[in-house]
Amino acid sequence: MEFKTFVFYLLSTILVLAALRVVTARNPVHAALYLVLAFFNAGGVWLLLSAEFLAITLVMVYVGAVMVLFLFVVMMLDIDFDRLREGFWRYLPMGALVGALLVAEMTLVLGGRYFGLDAMPEPAAKAVDYSNTKELGRVLYTDYVYPFELAAFVLLVAMVAAVSLTLRRRRAGRYIAPEEQVAVRHETRVTLVKMAVEKEPAGDEAAGVEAEKAGGQ
Amino acid sequence: MNFVAPELYPATAEILVALMALALMLATAFARTLAYALAQITLAAAAFATLLTLGADVNHTFSGTFVHDLLGSLLKLAVYLAMAIALLYGRAWLAARRLDRPEYYLLAILMTLGMMVMIDANHLLTLYIGLEMMSLSLYALVAFDRDAARSTEAGMKYFVLGALASGLLLYGMSMVYGATGALELPVIARAVSNQSASEPVLLLGLVFLVAGVSFKLGVAPFHMWVPDVYQGAPTAVTLILATAPKLAALALAVRLLPGGLSALAAHWQTMLMLAAAASLILGNLAALAQHNIKRMLAYSGISHMGFMLLGLLSGVVEGKNGLAIDAYGGALFYAIAYVLMSLAAFGMVILLSRAGFEAENIEDFKGLNRRSPWFAVLMLFVMFSMAGVPFFIGFFAKFAVLQSVVAAGHYWLAALAVVMSVIGAFYYLRVVKLMYFDDPVDNAPLQAPAGVQVILSLNGLAIAALGLAPEVLLALCAQAMRTSVITG
Repeated sequence: MEFKTFVFYLLSTILVLAALRVVTARNPVHAALYLVLAFFNAGGVWLLLSAEFLAITLVMVYVGAVMVLFLFVVMMLDIDFDRLREGFWRYLPMGALVGALLVAEMTLVLGGRYFGLDAMPEPAAKAVDYSNTKELGRVLYTDYVYPFELAAFVLLVAMVAAVSLTLRRRRAGRYIAPEEQVAVRHETRVTLVKMAVEKEPAGDEAAGVEAEKAGGQ
Repeated sequence: MNFVAPELYPATAEILVALMALALMLATAFARTLAYALAQITLAAAAFATLLTLGADVNHTFSGTFVHDLLGSLLKLAVYLAMAIALLYGRAWLAARRLDRPEYYLLAILMTLGMMVMIDANHLLTLYIGLEMMSLSLYALVAFDRDAARSTEAGMKYFVLGALASGLLLYGMSMVYGATGALELPVIARAVSNQSASEPVLLLGLVFLVAGVSFKLGVAPFHMWVPDVYQGAPTAVTLILATAPKLAALALAVRLLPGGLSALAAHWQTMLMLAAAASLILGNLAALAQHNIKRMLAYSGISHMGFMLLGLLSGVVEGKNGLAIDAYGGALFYAIAYVLMSLAAFGMVILLSRAGFEAENIEDFKGLNRRSPWFAVLMLFVMFSMAGVPFFIGFFAKFAVLQSVVAAGHYWLAALAVVMSVIGAFYYLRVVKLMYFDDPVDNAPLQAPAGVQVILSLNGLAIAALGLAPEVLLALCAQAMRTSVITG
């Protein structure tokens, strides 16, 4: 076995095992850490495919940023994970059956027959000074500039959606609104209401009886 | 490494809407009440830009990721119209519930941009990004009434199922890319038709693509989200959800299936046939049992989308696409007709609602004739048109589609569609019966603003008028399909 093949099998085995532990781990922090391990190994597999930029981005963005954020959320939110995992064993047979079917079907189609080296020959090796990063950057800002700009808009949508669904002004907070204070005029502070003189209604018998009772005692 | 700056002219409308969305966001930070006016101005300006760049020729730009053609222009104009009317109908409804925050209009405009990108996509990547932009905005809009458990639950359901469907679609796209080595739709079409791609891989991808498209259209067996989301979403959002996105989903289907994979037509036509038959049966039968008008219209929407698929699946017969123009043109006509009817139907639900009261039950339409004879007549138009009673637009839509189904030789499917339409007529006519022959439960006068009443009247009249003269629109739909799908 070539050394590269050995590395591939090593990385893939750890990747699959780590992914399995993500779903089966009882402690959510452990699950998140296994996900980090899975990402790291996936990055390694990409490195074997000489996609070094993607590999490093995966480690930096997913492991470095997304998963750390995720760990924070998991540790800070008080989620009852045992309750979330209720029914795991009940749904396991069905889920396992669907999963096994998916894997079987994918191996049939994605196996060596259609994606093997004779169907898709290995691309010619690039020159030593070939830079994957530079090439990606070039197409990203030229051929794919339209989808690239649109992806920025998708992120904007996500941001607007998140803010509009979660931002709440605190009712209890004692805010000062300077623009209202400045705009105050003396007419609006006190309103004088003119009204007719009110007399005690004469025919209020109930009140009269009450008053008599009070007087008699 | 020579780079030619892309031609921006064909994408004028998209660039305009994108810039206006940013302007709207900045402007409403200072003046929150401007949002509605700016959104309408954006839609009007986009319509103007689209009309200005209208042409029969097909232009590609942005290195083949973008296509400008008659089909795209027609669909975009329909989308602007649907969005403008939906925003107009929804405005007073939202204000009465204190939901008229500027983010609503901003998300609506960003959603419009997403739909435009989808409609003008010539590349799997742009197709997917447009779809995500539209869907993400819609998820947020469905959950917009964030203090109502029903709305957030609907948003959550829609988000989880929608994300799964997007995943399926993306998986299918990756299979197609794996088999053909191309993301650009015309290149994929060429690779598939000269059989340089391995068929089993393509077919696996195709199954996932059809599943994703079916979800976005809301046809059985991927319809589970439709009734719950329609019912749970604020009615103004249901109005948006039931109209313009259907046009964008049709664009997705047309660009992907007849546009990119026409050589595999025999396979995807069979899949769509099953989906159409299932939607017709399920949509019409389930609608019979509904008491909530939003749910009833949701199931009716499932059956209508199934009907529209009948057009898409009868274009290619035994490898020849001689009937394709009429069939796809019929499907496009059906979609536009459905959007017009759906706008009016949900518009009526909004018209009958007022602050603190939702006209959600079919019973709320009782005795509408005595409360407002004019709007009872309009609702009668809408219901008759949806049922397919002759000389309304819905009849000609069904007729055009059925004609191509029969021409393609799928007699059992045509028979099923007719039988199901007759069953479906029952629940549409039940609403008419309640309006004319029952006593009103609630005698409050209609409170919608004059603008809504005028546009709703025009909307209802358009359903009748287009039914009397459908030829122009039908010819336009066929012409759009001729220039875009058959030669492109």
